[in-house]
Amino acid sequence: MSNEWPLWEVFIRGQHGLSHRHVGSLHAPDQEIAIKNARDVYTRRNEGVSIWVVQSKDIAASSPGDKEPLYEPSNSKVYRHPTFFDIPDEVGKM
Amino acid sequence: MYAQEVKSTGQGVKSLDEMEPDERAFQEKINADVKIEPKDWMPEGYRKTLIRQISQHAHSEIVGQLPEGNWITRAPTLERKAILLAKVQDEAGHGLYLYCAAETLGVSRDQMTEQLLSGKAKYSSIFNYPTLTWADIGAIGWLVDGAAIMNQVPLQRCSYGPYSRAMIRVCKEESFHQRQGYDIMMKLCEGAPEQKDMAQDALNRWWQPSLMMFGPPDGDSVHSAQSMAWGIKQNTNDELRQKFVDETVPQAEYLGLTVPDPDVKWNEARGHYDFGELDWDEFYEVLKGNGPCNKERLGARQKAWTDGAWFREGLMAHAKKRDARKMAAE
Repeated sequence: MSNEWPLWEVFIRGQHGLSHRHVGSLHAPDQEIAIKNARDVYTRRNEGVSIWVVQSKDIAASSPGDKEPLYEPSNSKVYRHPTFFDIPDEVGKM
Repeated sequence: MYAQEVKSTGQGVKSLDEMEPDERAFQEKINADVKIEPKDWMPEGYRKTLIRQISQHAHSEIVGQLPEGNWITRAPTLERKAILLAKVQDEAGHGLYLYCAAETLGVSRDQMTEQLLSGKAKYSSIFNYPTLTWADIGAIGWLVDGAAIMNQVPLQRCSYGPYSRAMIRVCKEESFHQRQGYDIMMKLCEGAPEQKDMAQDALNRWWQPSLMMFGPPDGDSVHSAQSMAWGIKQNTNDELRQKFVDETVPQAEYLGLTVPDPDVKWNEARGHYDFGELDWDEFYEVLKGNGPCNKERLGARQKAWTDGAWFREGLMAHAKKRDARKMAAE
């Protein structure tokens, strides 16, 4: 049982105009079969118009422990949101 | 249910004050309904309990294909055959969603397969009963998938993100299964007396095993408290069983069938149906491997795994060779 098929992550574009979204993972020997398997496992009810697969080992992920250093700095930068600025009504839509 | 006797490895439920900081932060997240994700810190007992529960659930979906697969070639019409094929294919898909969720906890697919094939891992007792007539396919969809839905709907809120997301997908698809089963029962009950007898016979045989899918009575279920504190389990076995009886008895009445339990009676004071004692000795015997079809089911899985080995290995060898050729050309 040592020759296990590698694990792939599956991303599906649900409709034209939307981005691909992670839906799950599966095992397959190569990318061609990974796409075929993804079709059978994740789109049995018309869930998609396009499939991406990528081997799980090729994905780099941030670590949950880095949550504060990564995301905290943006908390203090409220001026990045348009509602930070008061524009007088007379100016009209902006 | 699909995971009926999951032994949790937690040492009894601790209070927040008794916990180390890591565990306390973990428990506070669960209490605040924040999902736990694969890379987050989690107690070893939580990880082990989830691996057991999710893999048992996955094995149940996979073994669950066998009793129904038995009738694909003998479905009464081409349409019924196509529907049953689609349903059985869904079960395979559900097994795969769940295996992937379990793999995020650090167990490999091959390890889980090996645990199933060696008999070390369990699957739901219900799939060790035979499907003797076409009416059994109706009864399975109506009762077995009905009971599964009752269990899986609350699992969508499970504290572990990947399990919860797998359950959301499964629940979206499962309702078709129950309705197609009830549709088969309706057709049989509208048919000739012999057909209605078949439907009654199937209900007689599947009723008790379906109720036992929810697992032993709460008093005997020692691991529930920890699983509930961890947000792995939302309702007790008896709560879900009662809910299932309350929903199913009127459905049987509509079909004109009799639930095979003389004690089933509406209890005005409780606002629920009463029902009789279940044969728990039978349940434990089936779990131990002594049900009518345990050997056949496991044998079929072992054969599929062994017979498919050359194919799995061949595809892998081909993929490796092709990659090597590509590397050499670059």
